[in-house]
Parts: sequence; structure tokens; C-alpha cells
Amino acid sequence: MDLENQQRVKDLAEKHGAENIVVIVGAAEAESAALAAETVRLGDPTFAGPLTGVQLGLEVYHAVEPEFKDVVDEDIYDDQIGMMEMVLDVDEIIEAMHDVRDAE
Amino acid sequence: MSYPVLKGAGYILAHTPDMIIHNGTTQTSERIVNPDSEYLKKLPEHIRSFEEVVSYPPNQTYIGNITPEELAGYEAPWQDKKVENADRFGKLGEIMPEDEFIGLMQISDAFDLVMLEESFVNDVREKLEKHPLIGDDLISKLKPGVELSAIEAQINEHGAEAIYAGGKVVGCVKRAHEIDANLTAHVMFENLVVKASGVLSLLNLLAKNDLDPADVEYVIECSEEACGDMNQRGGGNFAKAIAEMTGCVNATGSDTRGFCAAPTHSLIEAAALVKSGVFKNVVIVAGGASAKLGMNGKDHVKKDLPILEDVVGGFAALISENDGVNPILRTDLVGRHTVGTGSSPQAVITSLVTAPLDKGDLKIVDIDKYSVEMQNPDITKPAGAGDVPAANYKMIAALGVKRKEMERADVATFGSKHGMVGWAPTQGHIPSGVPYLGFCRQDILDGKVNRAMFVGKGSLFLGRMTNLFDGVSIVVEKNDGNADAGSAGVSEEEVKTLVAEAMRDFASHLLGN
Repeated sequence: MDLENQQRVKDLAEKHGAENIVVIVGAAEAESAALAAETVRLGDPTFAGPLTGVQLGLEVYHAVEPEFKDVVDEDIYDDQIGMMEMVLDVDEIIEAMHDVRDAE
Repeated sequence: MSYPVLKGAGYILAHTPDMIIHNGTTQTSERIVNPDSEYLKKLPEHIRSFEEVVSYPPNQTYIGNITPEELAGYEAPWQDKKVENADRFGKLGEIMPEDEFIGLMQISDAFDLVMLEESFVNDVREKLEKHPLIGDDLISKLKPGVELSAIEAQINEHGAEAIYAGGKVVGCVKRAHEIDANLTAHVMFENLVVKASGVLSLLNLLAKNDLDPADVEYVIECSEEACGDMNQRGGGNFAKAIAEMTGCVNATGSDTRGFCAAPTHSLIEAAALVKSGVFKNVVIVAGGASAKLGMNGKDHVKKDLPILEDVVGGFAALISENDGVNPILRTDLVGRHTVGTGSSPQAVITSLVTAPLDKGDLKIVDIDKYSVEMQNPDITKPAGAGDVPAANYKMIAALGVKRKEMERADVATFGSKHGMVGWAPTQGHIPSGVPYLGFCRQDILDGKVNRAMFVGKGSLFLGRMTNLFDGVSIVVEKNDGNADAGSAGVSEEEVKTLVAEAMRDFASHLLGN
């Protein structure tokens, strides 16, 4: 996750409280999705950004995960993400996201 | 009026191993943030030799010695594969070693900013004298060498940027102003890299396609750097500077910027200038970026791969009046991501791919080859960015499924039929659509391809002026040989006019009766 987004997530978590924040990841690859998820839960694993050593423990899902898909408007989802759902390796992404969430 | 044609393309790579270490931003940033890092220690062990870079299959593809189809025949990943008897010179361009490229940087320097050590410059002069495209006029711009101590004094006391070769300081780029942030040695170094690689690209375009530089009337430079001083950071003009060096005596030009999308923007602009009759021959050209060398180096080293981003890239192409032979640029089939398009992948692909096709009443499968962001997957996959061209082809196919033009099962196979594997270095604008221009021209002339689409996309948010995404596209197709009439047939407006005249004629007859 780039340094600016890390700072944004950090600022939002401080302002609203970590328990009130949910992060939705849109990365196209399982590896980069998991990396982003790990960053907002356990801290920046690359030790480069503002979240280095900061364990925010935020709730985090990928946009193709059912936890997100099932709570948003079906038509809007199809319009915005339907095409990418066909393109992405959804199963691999879901597995990678589960691995990160189950890690602690 | 007749459509403009794609008359030729040229491609160059400059292997710059020392610039990876000293000028690539991933490395320079690491040196500031984490100077004792394991990455910086391990990095030199992961640098490839010039021979390895020349025989690397994607690089041989970039300069036209093997086709994208032949590259696909090599089992991926390609970093441990070699093209047998690989040559640094290719059908469409060349790969230049670092020492010659540094010499070309001095040749390209019009303000006495590049200082080179005496034995180094003598050695380089000898090598460049044997180069088929560097003539005496350019060789004469190499300056007499200086003592290393004079170079070191410039670096240590006057803010000059060191030039390394073979791990040693061999020269420097001096700052061009005492206090101007836009004329620092660092900026001048990067700009001279752009200019020198742009010059080499244009020289190759002219030579490989047997073109006369005096015929070029306008040059559009479309890289990602900016030249200017503290009063006009991006004042320009790389285009005219490159034209001057390459004998384009009848040309002027200007710089077009649009991040990675700029080459396709330029292609459309060049086509428009020719179609409108403003100019007969317009060159688009771009030099490469030393800053992007080793951009994904940390991932490559972590996975025990060589640093694959070890070349500066460049390209040039000529757009000319319709000659009845070369492929035409369909200026009526242009796609664009507008301010109102939106950022969802669906909206982006619709605006860039299907919107222009709809104008021509074409289906997605009517395009034989899509040239998208042709990044080499050897570079992007280990860095977690996946196979970029393959992902683009899947997106185009998925849109086809949504439009009910294709079956869902076609999504997986669409890329192998209507796409190509990626072969271009991740130099931002360099992989963006344009790497296929040279092959496309030949494929269409050979009758292998009838119609291709070039798509360029850009991440404008990096400039912090807008969060918008950007992109443009254009269709290139076989010339029907009718240079005067063009191949558009009768336009919609002309049909409307003809119908209106017939109706008026008919009405006047009725009134008359």
C-alpha cells in the first residue's frame, strides 16, 4: 500500500476510532490484496510507510468478497464491479483475504 | 479527405546498469531511508551483463528481431531464456551499452554540462565511430576528456551528478544554474537521458525505414519528463531538441504529456495534423526514464531474480500522408476517457474500446490485435502486479460478454487470439500501446492482420492535480490502396447532404406538377 494511502487510513482510524472503520480493498492480485490487508491490520510489512509498527486491526474485505457484495445494491455492484468479477481470480483473492484475517 | 498512414517505427533500449544503482528512484530513496539495507547490499549481485540483456527474449522482441508470436513460443518466465545468436542491432532498432549511451548523452548536451574522463571518452569515441547511425557530425560533439579530479571537484563542491560506468565514476552532469531547482544536476541528468534516448530512437526510425530526415515537418515528444527553468518548469521542448540532433532541418515540434497515455495521445495528434493537411510527415518520439530503473527491484531481489528493469527505453514512429500502401489510422475511430466517464474498469474499457468500435459499427472480435499496456510480465508478476496485458485482454473480453457479443468461456482464450504477450520494459509511457506499431505495420502489410487497436492509459493522480484516470485509443487498419479517396467511403454527413438534395429535388418536382 502506498505511503499516502497508509497515512490516510491512519488519520481516519485516529479520527473515527479503529472499531468504526472498514477498509475495502480493490487490488487485482491476491498477493497485493493480502499485502494491503495485512498493512491495515498488523502494520506495514515493508517497513516503509506510516503504518510501520502500527497495528490498527481494522476490518478489511476485498470488493469481490461476499461480505461486501451481499450488503451493497446489486445493480450498482454489477455496474461497477461485475466485469472485473469475471476477470479476477476471485477464489484466490478470497482465500488470501481469509488468511490475513485469520492470521491473528 | 484521405486517412493518414503509419509509415514506420523505431525502438531502442539502452542498458544502463550503473544508472539502476545511482539514478533509479527505488534505489536512491532506499539510500536515504535505509542506507544499510540488505537490498542495497544484494543489489549489485543481481545486475545483468550487456550480453544477457541483448539475448533476453523480450528485449529481442522490442527491437524487432523476434515477433511477439515467437516470444510466446518461449516458455515463461523468460529471465532464464536466451535467443540464440542474438544481435544488439535489430530490424526495428537497437540495444546500446551504457558506455556508448553516456557518450550519446554528451553528444546530446548543448550546454557543456556533461564532463567525461579522458580515457573513458577516448574509448567511447572509438566505439561510437563504429556505430552505423552515429555520423561524424554527432561524433564531433564529443568533447575532449578531463582529469578525474576535475570531475570529482564538480561532484563534491558544485552539486554535479556523478556518471558511473563499470562501477566507477567516469564523468558528471553539472548543474545548469546555481539555485534553480529545475536546472539542478539531477534534473539535467534525467533530461539528457530523455534527449539522448529520444535521439537514438529517431535515428533508428529514419534508418530502419529508409526515411529522409528533411521530410519531417513536425515532431511530437511524448515522454514523462519536463524541461524548463524556475519560471517554466515544463516549458519544453524536447521535440525540437531531438529534431535538431537528427537532421530534421525542416521540422519544428512540441512536447505532449499525459503520463503513460501520452504516446497514444501523440499518435492521434500526429494523425490529425496529417489528415487535416497541416503537415505531411509528423514524427512521434519519446526518450526513456532513468528514474524508473529498478523500480520493482526489491521484489526481484527478494525472489532471487535479476534486476529486470535495467534498460532505458525509447521509440519513434512516422505518420504520413496516405501513400495507398501503409496501414491507415482511422481518425474517425478514436476512443477517449472523458472527465465524465467514471473510474470503474467497465466504464474505462467501454470508453476506450467499445465506444470507438460502435462508431464504426464494429464488434470486439472485429479487431484482430489489441495493443494495450504491453508490459513484460517477467517484471510485473514477481512484483505482485500480475500479467498486465493478459488482465487487459480479460477485461475487454468480459465487456464483450456483458455486451452479449461473446460467451463467458471466451474470456480465458480471448487474449491468445486477439492479444499478445507483453515484451516492453516498465518505463511508463514506453509499454503503452506503441510497442506494437512496428510489428503492426508489418503484420498488416503481410496480410496477417487486418485491423488493430492501440490503447494508451495514464495514471494522472501521480501528478497530484486530479484523481482522474485517463486514456485514449485509435484503430489502425489495412490500406485499401485508394490513397486519394481514402477508405472511409462516403461519410454520414455526405449521405445526409445527398439525401437532402434528392428530397429537395423530389419536392420541387411535386411543386412543379
